[in-house]
Formats: sequence, C-alpha cells, structure tokens
Amino acid sequence: MLAITSMNLRTVPTRWASSLVIVVGIAGVVTVMVALLALATGFSSTLQRTGHADRAIILRGGANGELSSSLTTERAQIVATMPGIAQLNGVAAASPELYLVADVPKRANGSAANLPLRGMTPLGVTLRPEVKILQGRMFKPGKAELIAGRGAANQFMGLDLGAKIKLRDATLEVVGIFSADGGGHESEVWMDLPVVQDLFRGPGVISSLRIAARSPSDIALLKQSIEADRRLDMTVTDEQTYYGKQSERLTALITGFGYAVAVIMGIGALFAALNTMFSAVSARTIEIATLRALGFGGMPVMMSVVVEAMMLAASGGAIGGLIAYLGFNGSTVSTLNQASFSQVAFDFAVTPALITKGITIALVLGLIGGLMPAWRAASLPVTAALRRA
Amino acid sequence: MSYLGLLWTGLFRRQTRTILTLASITVAFLLFALLRSIVVGLTGGVNADGADRLITSPRYSIVDPIPISHLNRIVTLPGVLAATHADWFGGRYKEPANFFPKYPVNPRDYFAMYPEYRMPKAQLDAFERIRTGAVASRALAVKYNWKIGDQIPIEADIWPKKGGERLWVFDLVGIYDIAPGGTDPKVFLLNYNYFDEARQFAQGSVGWFIVRVAQPKESAEISRSIDKLFANSSDETKTSTEQEFQASFVNQLGDIGLIMTSILGAVFFTILLLTGNTMAQSFRERIPEIAVLKTLGFSNPAILSLILGEAVLLCVLACAIGVGGAWLLTPVIGPALTNILPSFGIAPATMAAGFAIAILLGLVTGFFPAMQGMRLTIVEALRRG
Repeated sequence: MLAITSMNLRTVPTRWASSLVIVVGIAGVVTVMVALLALATGFSSTLQRTGHADRAIILRGGANGELSSSLTTERAQIVATMPGIAQLNGVAAASPELYLVADVPKRANGSAANLPLRGMTPLGVTLRPEVKILQGRMFKPGKAELIAGRGAANQFMGLDLGAKIKLRDATLEVVGIFSADGGGHESEVWMDLPVVQDLFRGPGVISSLRIAARSPSDIALLKQSIEADRRLDMTVTDEQTYYGKQSERLTALITGFGYAVAVIMGIGALFAALNTMFSAVSARTIEIATLRALGFGGMPVMMSVVVEAMMLAASGGAIGGLIAYLGFNGSTVSTLNQASFSQVAFDFAVTPALITKGITIALVLGLIGGLMPAWRAASLPVTAALRRA
Repeated sequence: MSYLGLLWTGLFRRQTRTILTLASITVAFLLFALLRSIVVGLTGGVNADGADRLITSPRYSIVDPIPISHLNRIVTLPGVLAATHADWFGGRYKEPANFFPKYPVNPRDYFAMYPEYRMPKAQLDAFERIRTGAVASRALAVKYNWKIGDQIPIEADIWPKKGGERLWVFDLVGIYDIAPGGTDPKVFLLNYNYFDEARQFAQGSVGWFIVRVAQPKESAEISRSIDKLFANSSDETKTSTEQEFQASFVNQLGDIGLIMTSILGAVFFTILLLTGNTMAQSFRERIPEIAVLKTLGFSNPAILSLILGEAVLLCVLACAIGVGGAWLLTPVIGPALTNILPSFGIAPATMAAGFAIAILLGLVTGFFPAMQGMRLTIVEALRRG
C-alpha cells in the first residue's frame, strides 16, 4: 500500500499544472480564513489585555459604558474610602476619570473619527502599572499637555511627539507616547482631569471611577456593598468582564464572517479539487489498471489517490497559512468599537492555533476532494481500462 | 449546427470537468454578490430623498450636547426651508442584544422633514398629543411583534429620569412605513418634549439638527453659513450633507471596505488560476479536433472566437447561477445581518458588475488557449493527435 502511494506521489510533478489547482485553491481558502480569524483574535486579545483581574470600573447605574455614564467627583469620594480598595503610596487607589470622544482626522484617509480622550489624575497612571512612557514624559497637572497611546499616535493626525493639537478652545501639546501592554488604552489620549473637565464638561463631572482592589475577591465584596446602596446608584464591574463584553460582539461578528466566507470558498475549492483528482485518476488509468491486473486490491489504489489529494491540500493549507502570517501578522488596523463608540487600534494575530485550524480545514477539503475520485479509481473495470489504452 | 450549439457541445465535451469548473466559478460569483452587497449596504442606505437635507452636529465630538436654541437661528438663514432636531436616547429594550436607535424628536417637524416616512394622520396627531407616545418603523414593529396600544419599556443608560428612575415606558401610538424604494431605518421615535422635561439633566439640549435647503447645490455654502453662526461660541457646530454624515460613520469602520475588497481579490485570483488551468487542459485535449475544424475550412478568427466564446460562456453561465443564487439567499441572509445592516439586497449595479467581471474573466482565461489554437498548423496538430 505504501509502495503504491509513494510511487504515485512521485508522479505528481508530471501532473504539476493540474495539481497546482488544488494547492492554489486551498491556499486561497486558508489565507482568507486565517486572516479573518486573525483579525478577530487580534481584536479580542487587545481588549482582554486591557483588563486586569484586580481592577474594577465603577459607573452610574444603568450605564453600559464610560461614555453613557456620568458621576460627580463628590459622590465618587464616598466610594473611594470603602474597605477592599488597595492603597498606593498611602492613598486609596481610586482614580476619577472623564472619558470622551473627540472628532480628529485619521492619518489613513483624513476623515474625522472618534478619538477617545481620558482625563485623569496622576493616580490613574500609577493605578495601571502596565503603562510605560515610551518617548517624552508624563503630562504635568494643570498644563495643556497630553500623552498619546502608541495606537492612537499611529492612527490619528497630529499625534506626534512635540506636536500641538487643537481640541475645542485649547491647544494641547503632545508631550509623551505611551504603551499599555498592547491593550486598548494604547488607542487613547490621556491628559489631566481638570484640563479635560474645563474643556468639555465643567468641574466635578467624571464618567467613571477606576479602582484597584487588594485582591480580586475584594472586588466581589465591593460590588455587593456598592450596588446594594440605592442612593449611590452605581454599578461595579471587574475590568476583565467589562472589556471582555466590549469585544464580544465584534469578535463574534468577524469570526462568524470568517467561517462563512471560508465555507463558501471551501466549497468552490472543493469542486476544483475534485476536478483535479478526477483528471489525475484518468491520467493514471493505465497504471491503475495494470496494478489491479497484477493483483493489487482496490484499497491501496484508493489510498494512493486520497493521500495524494490530502498531501496537495495540506501543502496548500501550509502555503495559505504562511501567506496569512507574512502578509498580515502584526499589521495594525483600526475600527470603531461600537461598545465604546471609539476607535480601537489592534494587530492581526496569526497564532499557531489559527494556522493549525487552517491546515485542518485544508486536510478535510483534501479528504473529501479525494474520496470520490478514489472510489472511481478503485472501481475502474480493469479489462475495459486496459483495452482503452 | 449553430455557432452557439458548437460552443455548447465543446463546453460539455467532458461533462464532469465542465460541471465542476462551473460550480467553482459559480461559488466565486456567489461570494462576489454577497460581499459586494455587504459593502454596498454599509456605504449605502442613503437614497436620493435626502439630497436636500443637511445634518448639523457638535463640532468637536458627536457626544456633546448642543442647545436647541440654535434652531431659531438656523431657520432664519436664506436658503434654509426648514430645520428640526433629534437626539440619541440610547437605552435598551429588554435585552442588550435588542439594538435599535431611539430618537427623541418633535413629531410634526420630524415627519415633515422626512416625507419618505409615511404614517396615517390620526397616528401622527396622537404622537403629537400623547406625551408618552412613541412610533416605530414597520420593520421594528414586525420584529418585536408590537401593536398600536402596546407599552414599550426602555431602560435608560444615558438618560435617567429626574430622581434617578431608569425605566421609561412609552405608548406605541403609530407605525410608519417607508416610501417604496427606500430603506427601513428601524428607528424608534419618541416625544422630545416629554423626554426633555423628564430627564435628569441637560435640559434644552439636543444631539443634532436636520436642515432642509431649497437648492441642494447650495448645500456647501449653507453648511458654511450655519457653522459660521456659532463659530467661537461654546457650542460650535459642524454641518454636512446627510450623505456625508452617514459616510463619516462608515469611514469610522476603517479598513472594513479594504478587507472585503482584498478577500474578493483573493477569491478571483484563485478562480482565475483554476479556470485558466481548466481551459488550457480542455484545449490540449482537443488539439486534433481543432485541426479537423481548420481542415474543414474554419478560419483562424473563427477558431479564436470559438475558444474565447467557450470560456466566456462558461464564466457568464457561472455568474448567472452564482448571482441568482445570492439573490435567492437574500431573504435568509438579510434578517441574519439585521443588526449590522439595515438593509441587504443585491443591487442591479452589483449584478451588472458581476457580468462584466464574468466576461473579463472568460476573455483572460480563454486568451492563451485561443492564441495557441489560432497559431496551430494543421499538419503538426494532426500528427500530435
């Protein structure tokens, strides 16, 4: 059986043109599928990286995101003193933040898109240890200065170190570029809370209170006691749940779309594979009939055809995975995240798991594409086939 | 035998191969029709009805409130026929997944601004009269099985009532239809007066204005004069045509259009290679036949058009089946995409583009075999056979 299969595989180069059809067809399917799934993976992993288990976000009751929430600093102070909240350098790790979106043109097409702005006190940065200033320095309290996440700096016009950007009545200087472990904060612009309040909403107005708890289990306790107090009218959500939910819809959408396109393309490639394998079988008619006449059973012949189809398909899958990796992995795109109503920049993530998935699909297509022609090969009437020769 | 008959026989000389090739090209065109329609649906949804409408929104951020008093100044501008306002209510109906826009509006002015929304006069009167009244588009009412007289509970996220109550209950007093050829916007409209009075904060503010101009060609100029009215105030504005306003949201989706186009590119590149290969293969097998045709007196151009015709016929046939299949699938796919795309349909332009691509694909894939066929010398070809 092995002998026949390997003998057959050695004849593939003589039929390279039609064999190429399988390889190319399946490479196309796998490229598109892996690329789309990499898009979904990149998006959800960016948002997942934003969330930390020991941090939580406090919003006004009923608000489904920072943009629809509004609180006052005054009321937030009540919460900041509650037990369970960690201490950072002797102060409660509770950061009042004002989150907004501003219309700023994107570098790609010059059209305005929602750039997320976050006003915070210096505590907001210490609360997030993953944040690193890559270039320049931190903004100074009270100054018309901002720092831009590297994702935002790449996507939006005017966010260059040292440049000045006009927001409402103020001209703010970009004094730093920061990273945040690849998370969603990298798509934001940060500045001093009173500066943002002054520009957009007036003193005392914030959208959320970000807290770091002593431990993840303290968050559950805080949630209980804060949400039980009807006068506070606040909801507490741990960051992982919060950002997980934000990524859910778009991730599901892209993943579903990726699979749908892959299935349809796969059917197309399958027809092409069948075509190739049928013509491969007909090219080998005499050889197969001779083998059968020599006493080989139908099984080895079938195997040789199926293995050929699967080998070709697997190489197509590998090529497709490679194209997706070389062409897309790490390249940054940005889109409107409906959940936060702001632009999120993220990278395609072509992971080994996705490549494995691609090759698996390729093998399945190869198997199906090989079986029918294999059956025809095995059931070839020997005498008729030889006579035809 | 007629010319077409000859083409047909040539095409189905090897039935299995032709059918399989046909099937794989068909799939490509099916995918083309579907993806193209998604792109059209994302960028479109705007019909010619809106050509004379402008949208005035806050200059710096779409989420800023703007004072309703701007309206009085906008309507005094020359060239402006009418203006009204709307706001973003947000909120959820039962499940977060039940997403549809809800706008607090001035009932009479809003319906006057959108003449393509059709509702019986009695219902519009009721909408104006009943404070807690609301109206839904036909598609929304069908989706959630609402009937006039139903109470619709909406839980607020942005706008709690005074005193912190989050539940708003609206009485459905009307259902509006869309003029033929238009797209159902799936928008839920409620009374601005009631909303503004009952909400906890931001009284007297709205989300955006809709302005009707007398001459669409004056749009740019009027947009500038509107924005000039409020320049250097604390509530500056940004005015654009309705189409531009919608396009700005699509632009926000960023690279989606590019990604769709790349996928289609990958699909057609793949198909080009596959079809090209099949055509070449089928040609090689038929070299003796072509020689016979030449012997019978078929001229070189005749041979050329025969082979090209066969390739084009194959692609056009595949396109017809693929695009037709996509069209048949529309009733299934449309509802599945309802949360992303308000409307999904295969536009005539998409079909036309499909056939244009089909003809091109046929010509490209048939080109080399056709050239070879033309250059074939009879003696040599017959010897090879």
